[in-house]
Amino acid sequence: MFSTSILPCQVKSLSYHVEGRTLIDDLTFDLVAGSRTLVLGPNGAGKSLTLRLLHGLLPPSGGTIDWADPNKPQQHQTPQKRRAPQNHQPPQNHQVSQKHQIPQKYQAMVFQRPVMLRRTAAANLDYALSLTQEGDRAGRRRRRDWVLAQTGLTQLAERPARLLSIGEQQRLALARAWALEPQVLFLDEPTASLDPGATRQVEAIIQAIHASGTKIVMTTHDLGQAHRLADEIIFLHQGHLVERQSCDAFFTNPQSAAAAAFLKGELLW
Amino acid sequence: MQNELTVSSTRLAIMNDIGQAFLTAFKLIAGWDRDLAEIIGLSLQVSLIALAVAAAIGLPLGAAVALLRFPGRRALAVLLSALMGLPPVVVGLIVYLMLSRAGPLGVLGLLFTPTAMIIAQCLLITPIIAALTRQIVLDLWSDYREQLTSLGCGPARAIPTLLWDARTALVTVILAGFGRATAEVGAVMIVGGNIDHVTRVMTTAIALETSRGDLTLALALGVVLMALSLTINGAAFLCRDWADRGQGRLAS
Repeated sequence: MFSTSILPCQVKSLSYHVEGRTLIDDLTFDLVAGSRTLVLGPNGAGKSLTLRLLHGLLPPSGGTIDWADPNKPQQHQTPQKRRAPQNHQPPQNHQVSQKHQIPQKYQAMVFQRPVMLRRTAAANLDYALSLTQEGDRAGRRRRRDWVLAQTGLTQLAERPARLLSIGEQQRLALARAWALEPQVLFLDEPTASLDPGATRQVEAIIQAIHASGTKIVMTTHDLGQAHRLADEIIFLHQGHLVERQSCDAFFTNPQSAAAAAFLKGELLW
Repeated sequence: MQNELTVSSTRLAIMNDIGQAFLTAFKLIAGWDRDLAEIIGLSLQVSLIALAVAAAIGLPLGAAVALLRFPGRRALAVLLSALMGLPPVVVGLIVYLMLSRAGPLGVLGLLFTPTAMIIAQCLLITPIIAALTRQIVLDLWSDYREQLTSLGCGPARAIPTLLWDARTALVTVILAGFGRATAEVGAVMIVGGNIDHVTRVMTTAIALETSRGDLTLALALGVVLMALSLTINGAAFLCRDWADRGQGRLAS
């Protein structure tokens, strides 16, 4: 659907330290277009942190996150891209700053707790669109009305966003992300504080966003949800990437002891 | 024995005076005395203009100190907080020195004009508005930072966003500034000079009339000042309450 893409994304030796504690250690994986990637793991495994690093909200302590150059035709590998040695600082900094500048406008993120501005639901969408989409008010309005309809929020458009129920706010957060037509959508436990009904609505919206061509990268604690939504699973444990599998293989035949224990509910930390 | 009698009768006389003075004061207010109206009008004019200028500077300044990273940011934050407690007479003195004939801005001929009073009040309340705004915006930013950053909104672009989203809390900040401006007497006395029909405002008039022993006008002005303060704060309270119900509480 996109003529140019920031995917695939190569993550190499990604790490994140805070005050001498290593929270993310040496993650290496890639993200490819099309599939829905779910990041699983017990509390403290570094799932949310990984999403924030990928989205550029936090600068990595080490390693690189290499998004494809969206200004080049898709699938065009970039052999000239520096394979920066670990101890070589300047290219790494260059990668980090590039990551902040270019790909973020092709990405969106939905957080566990929706953060709404103190304005109407529609004005929240207008705000996000005005930040990212240039010109053409009418086009932005059409886009806004379209996502409101897609997320079942048309009736609530003129209500103050903060007075919506938590489920409605999360749908609005998804609508806001969707309005930006991201190539990659990060979701950090988007249904953690929702009841089953609202969870189902949110899942349906996530599926619709995926169907419209957006790569989904999501964390969850809900194994049933992971099974319903995932194409592939990335399993983290104590900041390490322990296992990466297709969804079916992960749930039927986990390769690592940690993942097997996690699926049985026996992995406590 | 006789002493005690004298004291209590004097006290009785003063109490009577006060009662009498209140009565006359209300008559003055009810009859919309011209002098009284003029003084109230000038007070409002000076303080409202000072407030507008201070808000135009203080709100963005406070937000910028909260959000932007620049050298001296922390020092500026400390300075703003410290300046909140600036003694009005000191501000008056500084403005007086600047505007006096021999001062650097003497050629403007602003001393003993309402403009000088506006400048003095502005200097007094801009730090208050900026420092309080900084704190409010900082709190809100901790709430919004990830979401706004994700949307591609950097700190500079976030300044108008956060000022608008903190609007109900900022109304209280503006009112604090207005209260300070209307209530202070030292600065406007020094730079305005309390000249009848020119620079006489409520507080300076109260000070003058009290020292002259004319309690009637002083009390009338005092009553108006109190009523003004109550009305404005009451309105702000209602406004905030209404806004909270309309948009969701700031703390939520």
